[in-house]
Amino acid sequence: MSTRREFLKTSAAAGGGFLIAIQLPGCAEGPDETAALANPTSPVQANAWLRIDTDGSVAFLCDKSEMGQGVYTSLTTLVAEELDVPADSIRFEAAPPGAAYVNTLLGAQVTGGSTSVREAWDKLRRAGAEARARLVAAAAEHWGVPAAALRAENGAIVRADGTRLTYGQLAAAAAALPAPGEVTVKPASAFTQVGKSRTRLDTPAKLNGTAPYGIDQRFANMLYGALAQCPVLGGNVRAFDDTRARSMPGVRQVVQTGSGVVVLADSWWQARQARDALQIDWDPGPNANLSSASIAAGLANALATRGAEAKVPRRDGDADAALARAPKKIEAIYELPLLAHATLEPQNCTVVPDGDSIHLYVPTQVQQSAQAAAAAAAGLPPEKVFIHTTYLGGGFGRRLEVDFIPAAVEAARAANAPVKLVWTREDDTTHDYYRPPYRDRCTAAFNADGKLAAWKFEICGPSVTSRWAPAVVEQMVDPFVLEAATNYPYDADNVLVSYLQHEIGINVGYMRSVSHATNCFAVECFMDELAYAANQDPYEFRRALLDRQAEPRWRQVLERAAARAGWGRAPAGRFQGIALMEGYGTFLSLVAEISIENDKVRVHKISGAVDLGQMVNPAIVDSQIRGGIVFGLASALWGEITIENGVVQQKSFDTYRLVRMNESPEIDVEIVESGAAPGGIGEPSVALVAPAICNAIYAATKQRVRSLPIARHGLA
Amino acid sequence: VVTLRINGNPVEVDVAPDTPLLWVLRDTLGLMGTKFGCGQGLCGACTVHVAGAPVRSCQTPVSAVGEYAVTTIEGLSPDSSHPVQQAWLEIDVPQCGYCQSGQIMSAAALIASNKAPTDADIDAAMTGNICRCGTYDRIRAAIKRAAQLAGRQA
Repeated sequence: MSTRREFLKTSAAAGGGFLIAIQLPGCAEGPDETAALANPTSPVQANAWLRIDTDGSVAFLCDKSEMGQGVYTSLTTLVAEELDVPADSIRFEAAPPGAAYVNTLLGAQVTGGSTSVREAWDKLRRAGAEARARLVAAAAEHWGVPAAALRAENGAIVRADGTRLTYGQLAAAAAALPAPGEVTVKPASAFTQVGKSRTRLDTPAKLNGTAPYGIDQRFANMLYGALAQCPVLGGNVRAFDDTRARSMPGVRQVVQTGSGVVVLADSWWQARQARDALQIDWDPGPNANLSSASIAAGLANALATRGAEAKVPRRDGDADAALARAPKKIEAIYELPLLAHATLEPQNCTVVPDGDSIHLYVPTQVQQSAQAAAAAAAGLPPEKVFIHTTYLGGGFGRRLEVDFIPAAVEAARAANAPVKLVWTREDDTTHDYYRPPYRDRCTAAFNADGKLAAWKFEICGPSVTSRWAPAVVEQMVDPFVLEAATNYPYDADNVLVSYLQHEIGINVGYMRSVSHATNCFAVECFMDELAYAANQDPYEFRRALLDRQAEPRWRQVLERAAARAGWGRAPAGRFQGIALMEGYGTFLSLVAEISIENDKVRVHKISGAVDLGQMVNPAIVDSQIRGGIVFGLASALWGEITIENGVVQQKSFDTYRLVRMNESPEIDVEIVESGAAPGGIGEPSVALVAPAICNAIYAATKQRVRSLPIARHGLA
Repeated sequence: VVTLRINGNPVEVDVAPDTPLLWVLRDTLGLMGTKFGCGQGLCGACTVHVAGAPVRSCQTPVSAVGEYAVTTIEGLSPDSSHPVQQAWLEIDVPQCGYCQSGQIMSAAALIASNKAPTDADIDAAMTGNICRCGTYDRIRAAIKRAAQLAGRQA
C-alpha cells in the first residue's frame, strides 16, 4: 500500500491539478470497505479496482459515478489498455465507499471537478499494469521462463513460441503470488484503445430502458415515499394533521423526519397525492423575509462596505496604486444569479433494512458522505451502512449533496421496510443547493502605451466550500470561488484578485463549471469592454495581451477559435463575441455568432477550439464539450432562481427554462492536440457561453449585458 | 380493475382510474424504462406510444387509455433492433441517458410517419423532449440515420 500511496501523490501532482485535502464533514470515522471486497469466488483481487475470475472474466470496480460524463467507458478503457483485454469485455460495477477510492486530486471519494480522467490517468493504468504483472509472473513460474520473455495479448499470456495461458487459467496461481513491485505502464505509442473513439459501454442499456437509475429500484414489500418540505427555505414542521392523508388509498404510514413529513404508500402516485393532503403548520424559520431583492442588496452592501475583509489570493505589483495614478480608470459591476441544477432524474433514495444494517441504492457523487449521512440518520455505525451507487440521471454537482438521504433512511427505519423516496420536480426545483449568486467589481486602467496598467477583480459572494469542506478554507482561500480568476492570463503591470465572502442564508452548492462560470462571465465580458475602450478588435486586443504569456496554449486556442469561427467575417446581420479560459487543466476559446430578431437574441452557432491534452475517448470528449455548451446556453439565456418571502418562485421547466431541440445551436469545435497531460472536459465549455454571447450582443447592439440571465434584459 | 394492452399483452391492473399511466407502468407493472421527469408534460421523459402516437404518460390517466395499444421502450423491439435504437447506438447518443427512453419513443413515432424528416420536422417532433445533458446534435443525426435504416428495412 505504501508504494501505491507514494505513487498516488506523484500522479496527482503530475496530473496538472492542484492537490487539496477535502475532509468531508461526518466522514472522519468512515469505514474502509475496500478489504471486504475480496470475493471468495474471485481468485485474483489484483487490487481495489480489478478482479479476475477463473473463467477469465474481468470485473472493474469504478470509483467514479456515471452521471453522463462517460467514466464507465473512459476509466474502463484505461484499465483495459494495460490489461490487454478489450474494454467491452470488462464488466464494470460501482465501487463502494473505501479508502482506496479516494479521489487523489480532491482528497475524498468524490466524482466532480472534472477530475475523473485526470486522476485515473496514472492510477488506473497502473492498476491494470499491476494485474497484468501478476498474470505474467504466474505464467513465468508455470513455464519456468523469465517474465521478460512473455507478453500479454487479448486476455492471455503468450510465449515466444505462441503457447498461451488465458487469464482464467492463470488467475488462481496469480492470486497466490506476492504483490508485484514497481510496474511500468505503456507509452502512448503502444496504446491500442486509449485515445480512440469507441461506443460507450453504457449505451446499450440506455437504449432499451434497462439501465438502472436510483429511481428505478424495486424490492419486495417496498413502500413508496413522498416528502413534504417547508416551502420557505430553511423552515421546518411546527405541527401537522395527517387525518385525511392517512385515510387515502394505499397509504401505510406517515413519518415526521428531520426535513419534513414523509407519506409512505403502496405506490408513489398514492404517496404523492396523500402528501399533498397533509395539513402542515410550518415554522418558516429565519428566511421568512428573504427575497432576491434582499439578497442583491446584501451583496451590494458587502461589496461597498466590507472590502477591507477581502482576501487577496493574487497580487502582482500594486494595482490600487496604479489605479489611483491613472488619469482614467474603467470600472464595471457584474452580477450572477442563483441557479438550479435541474437534473432530469429528481432526487431520490432507496433504503433497504437488512437485520442490523441498511443498504442504500442511491444516485450519488459522494459515496462516503452518503454513508455518513445515512449512518447519522439511522443511528448506526458507518460499517452497518452499505452504499450501492446507481446510474445518475444527471449530476452537475447536485448529487454532491446528501440532503435527500436522511428522510429516506428515517422512513425506512420507522416502517422497518424497504422505502423508495422520490422527490417531485417541484420539490427538486424549490429545494436545491443553488449555484450561489455573485456580485463582482472589475476595475482597470491603461498605460500611456495602451497596455494594461492595472487589472483588479473583486469577487463577492458565498463560499460553498466553507460549508461543504470547511477544513479546506482554514488552509487557503476557497479555491472554488477563484477559478478563471486568479489564473488571469493577460499582460497587466499590476494584478489584484480578491474574494470577499458574503453568505446569503440559504443552501448553496457547486454546479457544473462552478466558479469558472461566474468568473469567466465577468472577466471575459470586462476584457471586451476594455477592448472597445481601447478602440481595438476584441480578439486582437486579447491576442496582443498574450504576447508575454509563458504558456502558449492560451494564445493557440484563442487563435484557432478565431480561425474556426471566421472571426470578423460573420454573415450580414450576424454578430460575433469571443471568450477565452483555462479550467481543469483544459484551455479553450469559444465564439458565439448571434443575430437580433424582434429585439431578442438568437444564437446561431458556437464555434471554438479546445486543448485538453491527452484524450481517452475523443467521441466522449466531443459530447461533453457540446453538452457543456448547451448547459451554458440555458444558464446564459434564461437561468435564474428568484426568491420571495423565502420561497423559490420557479417550480418546474415552464418557469425554469432549459434548452430544447429547436433552440440548440450549431456547434463546431476543433480539438487542438497539444500532447499535454489530460485535462478535464466535463465542465469547462459551460463557462464561456454566456460571455461569448453577451460580447456578441454588444457587437450587435452596443448594449453591455452585465448581469445574467440575458432574459433579465428583455433580450431572451 | 382496468384492462390495458401493454407491449402487445393484455394486463389487468387494480388502480384508481385517474392514476397516470406512467405510475401504472412503473409501480404496478415494473416497467422502469419509462421515466418520471416533471409530472406535468413539460419534459417528455415519460413518452410512450398510445395507438402509435407519442403521449406523455404522466398526463394520461389510465381510464383514458382503454384498450388502445400502449408501447413502452421495453416493447419497441425485443432486442434493441428498432431502427431508432440502432441509430442511437451507431451515433452513441446518450450521456446520462435518463431522457433517452422518451427521446427514442418520440423519434420512433416521427420516423413511423415521416420517411425523411427535415430539421424542421425534427424540431417540431422533438421539442417536447428535454435533454439536460444536451445531446441534441446527436439526436438529430441519429433520427436522420434511423430514417435511412428504416427505409432500407421497408
